[in-house]
Amino acid sequence: MPSPAIEIENLSKEYPFGFLNLKKRRSLENLSMQVQAGEVFGFLGPNGAGKSTTIKLLMRLIFPTSGTARILGKSIADVSMHQEIGYLPEQPYFYDYLTAAELLDYFASFHGIRGTDRRERVQRMLKKVGLETAKKIQLRKYSKGMLQRAGLAQAILHDPQVVVLDEPMSGLDPLGRREVRDIILELKKEGRTVLFSTHILSDAEMLCDRVGVLVGGKLRGVGTPGEMVGIQSQGMEILFELDGSNKKVALLEKATKTGERYRVQLQEAELYGALDELKAAGARILSVAQLKPTLEEFFMNLVDIDRAQANAVEVSGR
Amino acid sequence: MRNVWAVATNTFREAVRDRVLYNLVFFALLMIGAAILVGQISIGIEDSVIMSLGLTAISVIGIFIAVFIGVGLVSKEMDKRTLYALLAKPVDRWQFLLGKYVGLVMTLTVNTAAMAIGLYMALWTVKHPLERGDWYLLVAVYLILLKLALIVALAMLFSCFTTQFLAILFTVGMYIAGVFAEDLRTMQAVDLTPGTMKLSRGISYLLPNFENFNVMGAVVHGRGVPARLVWQDTSYAILYAGIVLMAAAMVFSRRNLK
Repeated sequence: MPSPAIEIENLSKEYPFGFLNLKKRRSLENLSMQVQAGEVFGFLGPNGAGKSTTIKLLMRLIFPTSGTARILGKSIADVSMHQEIGYLPEQPYFYDYLTAAELLDYFASFHGIRGTDRRERVQRMLKKVGLETAKKIQLRKYSKGMLQRAGLAQAILHDPQVVVLDEPMSGLDPLGRREVRDIILELKKEGRTVLFSTHILSDAEMLCDRVGVLVGGKLRGVGTPGEMVGIQSQGMEILFELDGSNKKVALLEKATKTGERYRVQLQEAELYGALDELKAAGARILSVAQLKPTLEEFFMNLVDIDRAQANAVEVSGR
Repeated sequence: MRNVWAVATNTFREAVRDRVLYNLVFFALLMIGAAILVGQISIGIEDSVIMSLGLTAISVIGIFIAVFIGVGLVSKEMDKRTLYALLAKPVDRWQFLLGKYVGLVMTLTVNTAAMAIGLYMALWTVKHPLERGDWYLLVAVYLILLKLALIVALAMLFSCFTTQFLAILFTVGMYIAGVFAEDLRTMQAVDLTPGTMKLSRGISYLLPNFENFNVMGAVVHGRGVPARLVWQDTSYAILYAGIVLMAAAMVFSRRNLK
């Protein structure tokens, strides 16, 4: 079994608010989880769920009210752990008087990268994130997407073992998203651990070995995207084409037609009977698929449950 | 120290690119104007007027930069969140803070040095050759620089735990109080109780004594500045700024970023 790259134990964060900061709002509640070395882990959750709070705690930008966390075996209080970590903040904003090349050069200096190696790395990273032609332009003239790319470049500049990305797809056009996805997959191929938060569930399904769903500051589930959503089949779906002359097929009553194609959903037990019927009618079967809830449905279900619980607490408190 | 130096040089670069040194143009115009006018309105004391005006301008412009940029050094990074990516590098928070401090002090040093050169050029236009006493101006400029370094430390401390606006108010307040620290210490008021007198004396020792750094009166009149005073002021500034920066580092190292 691979060793965990990130270990989080009972991590909680409360923020004071109100008059004299006497009230407390809990942003994260007893989060315990692990991210294994070499895996891509996705943090899912609506706004205010605690995703960014968790990431900021790991990056020691904020301090936990209770609990501990370790990255690559080192406590998050240990600054030296950052030597092996790359971090992209949410909606990154960098020194706008610098060019992208200067920014990367500046950040490389903190990792002890020197001389020719530094210059080569900077050039390589700029090329990797598609900023090679804009490297001499000050960041104040960059678009949001370009800043995101510069942010990604500084996060992976020093070949970190663990890469933490807070909403890396935010603000990117489809092409930019595709490029970020490719970079994440490349990092995975290189054996690096990637933890990233996202709202875009399709990206999580596509990229993640495992996902964790945070809602209301609590971890509601961890597992592979398949495990999270595919526990129970919701039936089968057959896609087929049928000549206009064969109208006596009973299955057509249940089917919906799109163009020349029919789509019918039925229980697993009915599948073989239906296939026999379609075969006898001379239908051309295009696909047979199992119906599963999508990650989005799973996610929305959790959010609905959380909101219902919050409402129940509010009602009982009146 | 590598990290501190990296942050410091970047802070200096920021100041240069954000055109902080453009204030030198204003100073140059002031000195040129003074050199032209002084000869016409102050016969016999042109050099004293130029020196007073120049040193005052160096001090005021420096204080302006030290307060406003000093306060923004940390708070601007927090507001704009430029700090996030940096603190996720192997950099201690105190290293960041010290780097920012050194960067601004470097900026002020270059700025003050350039203004000192301008002041000597203006002085040369009304009086040449320069006399031995005129070189005491350099000591006055050096002590102004020490004062500015102390103000930057105070500005950074306040900006670590409050808003920019309040930090400016606190820094300016400390400066004004510090200018009058000596008066507070020697105050002989008949209607004060002995307890209040002790308290005001105690506070006067805690406040940064900015009058220590003011040797303009002596220098303008060609009197020398004792070497002991220069050493004492240097030690005082280093010690005081060091304590203030340590306090700032303690506050900042526990601060949650937004």
